[in-house]
Amino acid sequence: MNDPQQAIREKQFEAKIARDEKIEPKDWMPEKYRQTHIRQISQHAHSEVVGMLPEGNWITRAPTLRRKVALLAKVQDEAGHGLYLYAACETLGVSRDELYEQLHSGKAKYSSIFNYPTITWADIGAIGWLVDGAAIINQVPLCNTSYGPYARAMIRVCKEESFHQRQGYEIMMKLANGTPEQKAMAQDALNRWWWPSLMMFGPTDAESVHTEQSMKWKLKRKSNDELRQQFIDQTVPQAELIGLTIPDPDLKWNEARQSYDFGPIDWDEFWQVVKGHGPCNKERMNARVSAWKEGEWVRDAAMCYAEKKAAKKEVV
Amino acid sequence: MKKNWPLWEVFVRSKNGLEHRHFGSLHAADAEMALENARDVYTRRNEGVSIWVVESKNITASNPENNGELFEPAQNKIYRHPTFYDLPDEVKHM
Ligand SMILES: [Fe+2]
Ligand SMILES: [Fe+2]
Ligand SMILES: [Fe+2]
Repeated sequence: MNDPQQAIREKQFEAKIARDEKIEPKDWMPEKYRQTHIRQISQHAHSEVVGMLPEGNWITRAPTLRRKVALLAKVQDEAGHGLYLYAACETLGVSRDELYEQLHSGKAKYSSIFNYPTITWADIGAIGWLVDGAAIINQVPLCNTSYGPYARAMIRVCKEESFHQRQGYEIMMKLANGTPEQKAMAQDALNRWWWPSLMMFGPTDAESVHTEQSMKWKLKRKSNDELRQQFIDQTVPQAELIGLTIPDPDLKWNEARQSYDFGPIDWDEFWQVVKGHGPCNKERMNARVSAWKEGEWVRDAAMCYAEKKAAKKEVV
Repeated sequence: MKKNWPLWEVFVRSKNGLEHRHFGSLHAADAEMALENARDVYTRRNEGVSIWVVESKNITASNPENNGELFEPAQNKIYRHPTFYDLPDEVKHM
C-alpha cells in the first residue's frame, strides 16, 4: 500500500467499524473487506441451501403429520435463510449466477456437516438439536457484524432458528423416552452427529487462519475454541436430561474451569470431508447441480413469458 | 442472449398504521412472481399485512460520497428545533 490517500481512507474505514458504525453497500470499502465478505456470506448461503438436502430426505417419511409440517416448515426456513444471505452477498457486487457457479464448480465451500447421511428418523432430531444448535452459537454474534446487510439477514435468521433446535430436541426427547429400540436409535444418532457437530466451529485456535482480521471486522467475536466450549457446556446437560450419553469417554466436568473437559477431535476426518471425501459430498453436489440444470428451462420460460406480457401491455 | 431474473426490493407493512419498511430483496421474472415469492420468503410468520415490490433498477439512491454536501448543511440549522428558542419557565403549554 503506497498510496497515502488510500491508507488514510482505510484508517478511517477501520475507525468507523471500531466505533460500531455499520458499513452499507454503497459506502467505500477496502477490496479485501469486500472479498472476505463475499466469501463468508456466500459460504454461509450455500450451507443453508445444501443443508436442506439431508433433511429433505425425511419429509415424505416423517412419522406423523405433526412432525411432517414441522420439518417442512424448517426446511422451507432454510431456503429462506439461503435467500436472505445470497441477497446480502449480491449487494457487494457479485451476481447470483456467479455465486451458484462457484458452488457448483467446487470453488466455494459449504459447511462440512451436510456431507453426512441421514439414515434414520432420529438423525432429524439430532440435526435440529445439535447442528442447528451449533449454528445458532455461530450466528448470534453475527447479528452485530459490521456489514449492514449481513447483520440484518442474521437477525432474521436467528429469530427463526430457535424453533429448529427445539423441534429437533423434542424429537430426540420423544425417542429417548420411547421403546428400547427407539432410545437406541436416538443414542445412535447422537453418536454419529456429536463429533461432526463439534467440528462445525472450525479448526482449533492454534490452527485457525485469518481470525484477527475477522475479529476486527466483527465477522467473528469469539474464537472457534471458545464457541465450541460454549456449545459443549450447554449441550451436555441437555443430553443428560433425556438420558442420552455423549459419545466421549474423556468428557468430564472441570470444577476449576467451570466447564467440561473433552477428548481429542479427529481433525483428519474433518479435513477429509472438507476436501470432498465425506460420505455424501458427491451426492450433495450432484443434487444441487442437477436442480440448477433441470430448472433452467423453467427459469428461461418464466423470463420469456414476463417479457411477452410486458410487450403486450405496452401495445394496449 | 441469456437473461437472468431481475432483482426486486421488498417492502412490508407489518400492521395497519405503520409504514412499509424495506425487508430485503429477491429475484423474480415479473412483478406478480416477485409478490408471490416475497409473501413466501418474508411473511411466513405473520410479519405483514401488505407488500410492495419494486424492481431494484428503478430505485435511485444517493451516493454516500456526497453525504457532506447533502446532509451537513442541516447540522448547523439548529433554529429548526424548538430548543433553540429561549422562553421563560413561566410560559406553559408551549
Ligand atoms: Fe438456517
Ligand atoms: Fe444457518
Ligand atoms: Fe436451521
